[in-house]
Amino acid sequence: MSGLARMIGQRLALGAFTLLVVSMVIFAAIEALPGDFAEAILGQGATPEAVAAIRESLGMDRSPVERYFAWLGGVFSGDFGVSFNQLSFQSQYGQTGERDVVTVADQLAPRFANTIFLAATAAAVAVPLALTLGILAALYRGSIFDRAANVGTLTSISSPEFFVAYILILFLAAANPVFPSISKIHADLDFWERLYRTVLPALTLTLVVTAHMMRMTRVAIINLLASQYIEMARLKGVPRWRVIVRHALPNALAPIINVIALNLAYLVTGVVVVEVVFVYPGIGQMFVDAVKLRDMPTVQACCLVFAAAYILLNLLADVLSVLTNPRLRHPK
Amino acid sequence: MRTGRPLVTIRDLKIEGLAGEDWLPIVNGIDLDLARGEVLGLIGESGAGKSTVGLAAMGFTRDGCRIAGGSIEFDGIDLVAASEDARRSLLGRRIAYVAQSAAASFNPAHRLIDQHTEGPVLHGVSSLQESQEDAMALYARLRLPEPESIGFRYPHQVSGGQLQRAMTAMAMSCRPDLIIFDEPTTALDVTTQIEVLAAIRDIVDQFGTAAIYITHDLAVVAQMADRIKVLLKGDEVEENDTRAMLAEPQEDYTKSLWAVRSFRRPEQPPAGQGAVPVIAVAGVTAGYGTAPDVLHDVSFDVHAGRTVAVVGESGSGKSTVARCITGLLPPRGGEVRFNGEALPAGYRNRSKDQLRQVQMIYQMADTALNPKLRIRDIVGRPVQFYRGLRGAGLRRRVEELLEQIELEPALYIDRLPSELSGGQKQRVGIARALAADAQFIICDEVTSALDQLVAEGILKLLDRLQNELDLAYMFITHDLATVRAIADEVVVMKDGFVVEAGPKTEMFTPPHHDYTDLLLSSVPEMDPDWLDRLLEQRGVDNIGEAARGRID
Amino acid sequence: MGFLTYVVLPLAVLTGLAWTARAGFRSIAGPFGAVFRAMPLTAAFGLTVVLIYVLAALFAPAIAPYGESQVFDEFNLFPGENPDFVLGTDQLGRDLLTRLLYGGRNTIGIAFVTTALAFLIGATFGFVAAVLGGWLDQTVSRTVDVLMAIPQLIFALLLLTIFGQSTINMILVIAVLDSTRVFRLARAVGGNIVVMDYIEAAKLRGEGLGYLIFKEILPNAAAPLLAEFGLRFCFVFLLIAALSFLGIGIQPPLADWGTMVRELSIYIGYAEYGDWQAASLPLLPAAAIALLTVAINFTVDWMLDRYSGLKD
Repeated sequence: MSGLARMIGQRLALGAFTLLVVSMVIFAAIEALPGDFAEAILGQGATPEAVAAIRESLGMDRSPVERYFAWLGGVFSGDFGVSFNQLSFQSQYGQTGERDVVTVADQLAPRFANTIFLAATAAAVAVPLALTLGILAALYRGSIFDRAANVGTLTSISSPEFFVAYILILFLAAANPVFPSISKIHADLDFWERLYRTVLPALTLTLVVTAHMMRMTRVAIINLLASQYIEMARLKGVPRWRVIVRHALPNALAPIINVIALNLAYLVTGVVVVEVVFVYPGIGQMFVDAVKLRDMPTVQACCLVFAAAYILLNLLADVLSVLTNPRLRHPK
Repeated sequence: MRTGRPLVTIRDLKIEGLAGEDWLPIVNGIDLDLARGEVLGLIGESGAGKSTVGLAAMGFTRDGCRIAGGSIEFDGIDLVAASEDARRSLLGRRIAYVAQSAAASFNPAHRLIDQHTEGPVLHGVSSLQESQEDAMALYARLRLPEPESIGFRYPHQVSGGQLQRAMTAMAMSCRPDLIIFDEPTTALDVTTQIEVLAAIRDIVDQFGTAAIYITHDLAVVAQMADRIKVLLKGDEVEENDTRAMLAEPQEDYTKSLWAVRSFRRPEQPPAGQGAVPVIAVAGVTAGYGTAPDVLHDVSFDVHAGRTVAVVGESGSGKSTVARCITGLLPPRGGEVRFNGEALPAGYRNRSKDQLRQVQMIYQMADTALNPKLRIRDIVGRPVQFYRGLRGAGLRRRVEELLEQIELEPALYIDRLPSELSGGQKQRVGIARALAADAQFIICDEVTSALDQLVAEGILKLLDRLQNELDLAYMFITHDLATVRAIADEVVVMKDGFVVEAGPKTEMFTPPHHDYTDLLLSSVPEMDPDWLDRLLEQRGVDNIGEAARGRID
Repeated sequence: MGFLTYVVLPLAVLTGLAWTARAGFRSIAGPFGAVFRAMPLTAAFGLTVVLIYVLAALFAPAIAPYGESQVFDEFNLFPGENPDFVLGTDQLGRDLLTRLLYGGRNTIGIAFVTTALAFLIGATFGFVAAVLGGWLDQTVSRTVDVLMAIPQLIFALLLLTIFGQSTINMILVIAVLDSTRVFRLARAVGGNIVVMDYIEAAKLRGEGLGYLIFKEILPNAAAPLLAEFGLRFCFVFLLIAALSFLGIGIQPPLADWGTMVRELSIYIGYAEYGDWQAASLPLLPAAAIALLTVAINFTVDWMLDRYSGLKD
């Protein structure tokens, strides 16, 4: 067991290290900003106070290393700083007291919850659906079902998210107003109302991700079914269903876990475009807006959240597939 | 042994395989009869269709194959017409299978004993408890170490030879009437092979099980089978009782197979005192990365016009020696001298001329030749690179080299490797080595991937070239038959040490070092009584892993 | 009925074309023609569509009725309102059909350049790392690991924030980010080839890095790399379309499909009033994107199938 523990320890350490390096890369973004960024960003409306505030928040007087650790320390305590947008706003309309400063974290938190809700809804449908369809396609390889699924999934993964989204809007919102085309989500909605308003964006994500996941599941299973120990099981007279359940499935866990993680990670990215189409108040939309305004603290915060989700998902998959590997579970 | 009606009757069996869009014949009408308790040896070269016939006797075809005609009857049951369920109820219970690679055929996710008991429990032959106890008894009978507990290990925790015996035990779990052995010892080292052979034969005898034993190794089949059937490209050549078949084969093809092992190169006298060896390996110690040494103080000389065979089993370090000589693996200690001068340790530090003098011929011709280059480029590149020849001069030299390796230049010069047979590819590999005008050539298991007839042709060619060009060869091999055929001197290696070295005749006459003795005595011979005699002489506990473990 | 004319009819026409084209492909003689002999309909469909796109992109200036940024007095025309402007005009009075054709030319061209650049960077590093190994391989591989730990779209957005939003910046950013995937593949494919004995033979002969990569490795890596080029192109094409859709990709006055989808998306509400022609306007560039990536995927799928079939 110690070998296994060490292995998992290594993976976790590597994951933590990657996160750290990624945070450095994201932080280094500010260092790479050309010219006097504060004036550039505030443009015409730049008041000296605002420029000074931004300079201070960037900590121009300190060394980059110092600033990095200050920023990282803030991140750990949930403080991503104040957005430039807010600073600019305050500089023009006057400071109305400490309490009214809206920090990036304040903006991020509810939106983050919304995004998680959207992604989770999509995943809850997509994962079981894709696994079932993928396994069926592998079992009936070469059948009409398999070939139709191949064409269907290829078409689906080839389509940009906004294409799928607008088709859904066209038929399910504009022509037949079944669902709202704009997802107005706020805190005091009950679960069902929230779900109702999330249906279209979640459906878009589901369609795109299911196709991917199903294809990968199919390939993973087919590779497995070609193994000699599967042939051996068949030659022992083991019935078909038992070959799958007892001989294929335990070995398929690792590839399937990887497929799921990869696609959940893909969801993280796909959410950006979908949120913009449906004006869904998640971090994807916030991120895009911040990019357009070049609002650095917000961009950094969103980036870090996305990257962390992505890395953690991959890490989880990694650890789980180590755990399901009999060679590692039962060392020599 | 043959009583009552036959257990298996196959008539005019035709099997086709899918190649792209077309169905091509693999087996073109074979008859086969097998009585209860009888062992039939199916032999043939690669592509003979022996595995396909073996599986067909179970009513099974691999994906991409189909039975195109003929009948297969097992104990009165028509396997071609039988329903899927009817066939499945026979598999494992009355007909069992032992595959070539036990490591790949055991499910990595389950313990050996759970895989063992699956069949008996599923087919309702015995209870889990009974089957487990039986498994332990079988493990003991097959001389597996710790038979009480070995079943509770996972496949990756058990060695290859042990897995192969555990798979034989699994095949026996329902006491089937018939077992198909599909090259069960081909992937094993020669000393391990012997104990698996002994175990298989013992248990088949004990339960009176009928078997079809598939192999390409004549000496192995001679030990195992009552009758032998020879296949060639999907057709039967001939069939007879083992002794009759060995004594007087009828067909030309069979005779040529039997004769293969007769090639002997006349042994050259040892090089004179004071002669400078072409290659001298002097006290070489080496290892990979930061790992411990895998070669320990290895020394031997190779003289002009002589062949030194380096013999050993997998893990003995024989290929590592070659890597040290070529400079791919710089040694940690000692040196390699060429004509008395030390070669730089790493190949990157060697001059073009030093590189030219040491050439290699590889085991797998498929990976040794770039599949995208034409023969003219494969052979021409070293000529151009070392001699600077171009245009007509280059072409003339390439044609000359092709003639030397007995390939018609006009026919072959523009071909791709994929348009050549296995033996022809190996010849092109030889031509590439010759193209450098080297004095020393390393032959790394050059014949072990080839069918025997083809291999003999390659050995003869190498012999002729050696005489014509006064080449020095180092032969890396695990096959002692090859050593007998071509070596002048022999170096025996085990675990990175040279255990014994000397002229061939000395090596093949006792007294030997213990390990050399074990190695030599483990090589099967064409004599059907060889295994019995060996077990009598050495004792059943003094072969294979057990014996090897006792030798330092 | 819009569904019939806009979806079923064009697809039927294309499939018919593909059917005819397949007969043509199959009749190609010689060893090269053998490649097409067992071609499935999906692959023929893919190849035909790709061919049409390439031709349309190359000859867009000749086909398009007007100039790329030519402005007319009649803005916000609906499709069919004026026979001079088949698909109508946009808010600035530019002909939508013209914009659509040029948009294809620009989007495809830019995606192609970006992919080619990504391959140049990724494949070079990948093969060199595979051949040389050692610290160079380790350094590049670990750097790529870190770069790939951040989702591509997110990273691209971050970098575009820093360097500013321009078409050139976008090409460079995406090319560098995407080259990490190419690196991984080239490193893996190269790694499989480098262990072959013929590479060892060439190394021991004293051959240099250039010979090893161009003469020994590249010919053997061509098939998987070509297939990957198709897939990477699709990915880059979609990424650029997504960025442009978000308003951060290809910048005006260049016409491009992603931006067109965003700008035309307001028309979708006309479906409520039964005006399907107007409502499906934003779907036109979106469908054009989808159709091309579907076509490439069909083609690549067939290539990969053939390739893996050849291996055993």
